[in-house]
Amino acid sequence: MTLVSLWFGLIAVVWTGFFVLEGFDFGVGMLHGVIGKDEPGRRAAINTIGPLWDGNEVWLITAGAAMFAAFPGWYATMFSGLYLALVVLLAALIARGISFEYRGKRDSATWRRSWDGMLTGGSLVAPLLIGVGLGDLLHGLPINGAGEYTGTFWNLLQPYGLFTGVTLVTICVTHGATFIALKTTGQVRDRGLRVARRSAPVTGLLVLGFVIWTHAIAGKGVAPNPVEIVAVLAVFAAAWLAHEHREGWAFAATTIAMAASIASIFTELYPRVMVSSTSPAFDLTIHNTASGSYSLKVMTIVVAIFLPVVLAYTAWTYYVFRRRLSDADFRPQLAETGAADPAGISPTAGGA
Amino acid sequence: MSTLDLARWQFALTSINHFFFVPVTIGLAFLTALLQTAWYRHRQSEYLRLTRFFGTLLVINVAVGVVTGLVQEFEFGMNWSAYSRLVGDIFGAPLAMEGLIAFFLESTFLGLWIFGWDRLSRRVHLLTIWAVAFGTVASAAFIMAANSWMQHPVGYVINKATGRPQLNDIWAVLTNPVFGWGYLHVLLASLVTAAAVMLAVSAWQLRKGAHEGFGFSMRLSLVVGVPAMILAMFVGSELGVIEARYQPMKIAAAEAQWKTCQPCSFSLFQIGGGNDDKTPTQIIEIPHLLSLLATNSWNGKVIGLNPLQAQYQRRYGPGYYVPNVFIQYWSMRVMAYSAGLILLLGLWGLWLIRRKRLATSRVFLTTAVWAVILPFLMNTAGWLLTESGRQPWIVQGIALTRNGVSPSVSTTELVISLVVFGLLYTGLGVVDAVLMLRYARRELAPGPAQAEQAAAAADRDAALPSMLY
Repeated sequence: MTLVSLWFGLIAVVWTGFFVLEGFDFGVGMLHGVIGKDEPGRRAAINTIGPLWDGNEVWLITAGAAMFAAFPGWYATMFSGLYLALVVLLAALIARGISFEYRGKRDSATWRRSWDGMLTGGSLVAPLLIGVGLGDLLHGLPINGAGEYTGTFWNLLQPYGLFTGVTLVTICVTHGATFIALKTTGQVRDRGLRVARRSAPVTGLLVLGFVIWTHAIAGKGVAPNPVEIVAVLAVFAAAWLAHEHREGWAFAATTIAMAASIASIFTELYPRVMVSSTSPAFDLTIHNTASGSYSLKVMTIVVAIFLPVVLAYTAWTYYVFRRRLSDADFRPQLAETGAADPAGISPTAGGA
Repeated sequence: MSTLDLARWQFALTSINHFFFVPVTIGLAFLTALLQTAWYRHRQSEYLRLTRFFGTLLVINVAVGVVTGLVQEFEFGMNWSAYSRLVGDIFGAPLAMEGLIAFFLESTFLGLWIFGWDRLSRRVHLLTIWAVAFGTVASAAFIMAANSWMQHPVGYVINKATGRPQLNDIWAVLTNPVFGWGYLHVLLASLVTAAAVMLAVSAWQLRKGAHEGFGFSMRLSLVVGVPAMILAMFVGSELGVIEARYQPMKIAAAEAQWKTCQPCSFSLFQIGGGNDDKTPTQIIEIPHLLSLLATNSWNGKVIGLNPLQAQYQRRYGPGYYVPNVFIQYWSMRVMAYSAGLILLLGLWGLWLIRRKRLATSRVFLTTAVWAVILPFLMNTAGWLLTESGRQPWIVQGIALTRNGVSPSVSTTELVISLVVFGLLYTGLGVVDAVLMLRYARRELAPGPAQAEQAAAAADRDAALPSMLY
């Protein structure tokens, strides 16, 4: 495998990692109001991702920076072409990011409701827009011979991109629901399973449509791409597993569904990175957008050393916070069991 | 206004805003780690309370620092796509390394620190805050390496086929003298900034007669802040000498020095001046000071802007290569004078410690609260000096700023994004300020270790979780 292909693969892996991890954060963000019916329930839902979401969001930062470093031509055209969409995406991520940190910092229902609204909205808009953007890469955008985007904001909103965005949002919802079910007990867990049971079949149909459309638009022949079959099967498996109350396996299934869906876009895209709807001759590919081989070698060494380290401490974090939460942990009237903890640091002082 | 002007305004406003939060995060992570280490070693409950108190301020700051940093990373591609296309080969690598090596570390371990109080052993929990502090410092290293390459490009060759610079020596990029000194300068300024924040909060608390634990944080902030300020001045002066070598326009413009001088004096302030007024009235000139700052020698020569402009035209072709002299002259002074005032305040504080009157001198406590504005002025002016002084280049000697802007982004799009970011950052600033003030004014809450004794007396405020969402 050549160095540029390796880097295309790495970028696909980072995007996949981002959607697998931040995907359930988006799902929890969208669902926290539905699954957590009252304040303790909402807090239980939000705190399942409390220690994790910030690290998960770094996958997005790394994806952007890796594209910048390995394929400057791709990064430059994509980020300037998607200009207004990215402005809205950044606004959504900012609103969402600080709502985690700030919602509990004042004891006022209005204050919390405002941040909850931003958390829900931001968590919905972010995967939608990124999905539209990723769909655009494959569908094709007006790009001229100099590799510059020549369209307007409206060119970004074509049906395939929008469908990709909507599909990713529903996968995030199902993925978030299985995650909440896995990380909580009691009624929060039950409601998480119920949402997963209801959303998974819908998600399955959308993923089915998405992979057929993806495969058709890429025009790479009739033989189906194996990852696309995996994506569809995994969502329906998640629906059945959620029905059987096996949330651990259901979460594994939604993880595979998410990973396979993102991987389908990138496998169909390769070796192109942005399709030009103006002329196939203007397609951006891994070859005409890549950095020099010295730069790629240096970064390959850095990745070989540090990616395993990152994965190791990320896994350790998930191990440290493996304990399930419950809305009861956040109920003030149960303060007898939690009284050993007036600062509220330990949500499960009486549980587990 | 042209798309170039709008794009520059947007980048300037978002990065200045971002750098309000960055130095506080870098410095406060370190100071919080020191406090927690003090608690780890001495097991005194007031150290734990201080750790959690300043840790909360740290967390509020990090939230804004992270999201505004995301904007910075995206803006290179969004607004400066021609620049990104040109130099991504070199400039992108440190950004990618920052994400992988530093940012994951900082974010993951901050989550572990916030939520890990009762999940991790005391020793491991202490290590998590040190990992955060290390992550912030490493993060700054990569960003400064990237920025220094724009000031003084090294370790590259121009690819003949594409005309683009390509990395050919990563070691040269990482040992760039502008990077070494600039990075140290930023780290020291960050320590000063966080120390000033800690000093101001502690002073406010002591003035209203709060817990005497704040006497400890106040002494800590002075003991860390004063040496950091002195070192930052020395490192900054060394950085000036290095920049004078590679970017002579920057330093000449900082003194509005149009003609070559030897020896050169430094004026305390001037009336008039700017690119169209080459004969400002300079007031109180200190002889030899500019020679010292720019060349490290008593009688050093500083080449004036006029001969430099002629030189640059011969070398790079027709064009105007003089940066905005008004910004250079005044940002130099705002930076230096703010630094001087901070140092005076710090020395005053140290003298009061010696006289054992630190906690009771009301004049000092009041001054220390208001002085918190100074390091932010100093940092902003310092970045203006460095970035505006690089103009008209986006990469010194390689590419002009006006050729780096995205060709596909329209004026309308830029106006929309400026308005959105403007509103968003104003909102962020207000919310952050409200919360910082609110938490800075809280009493020291008991930590989990003292939980049993304090449970009965826990007031409503303390019952609110300060760390969990």
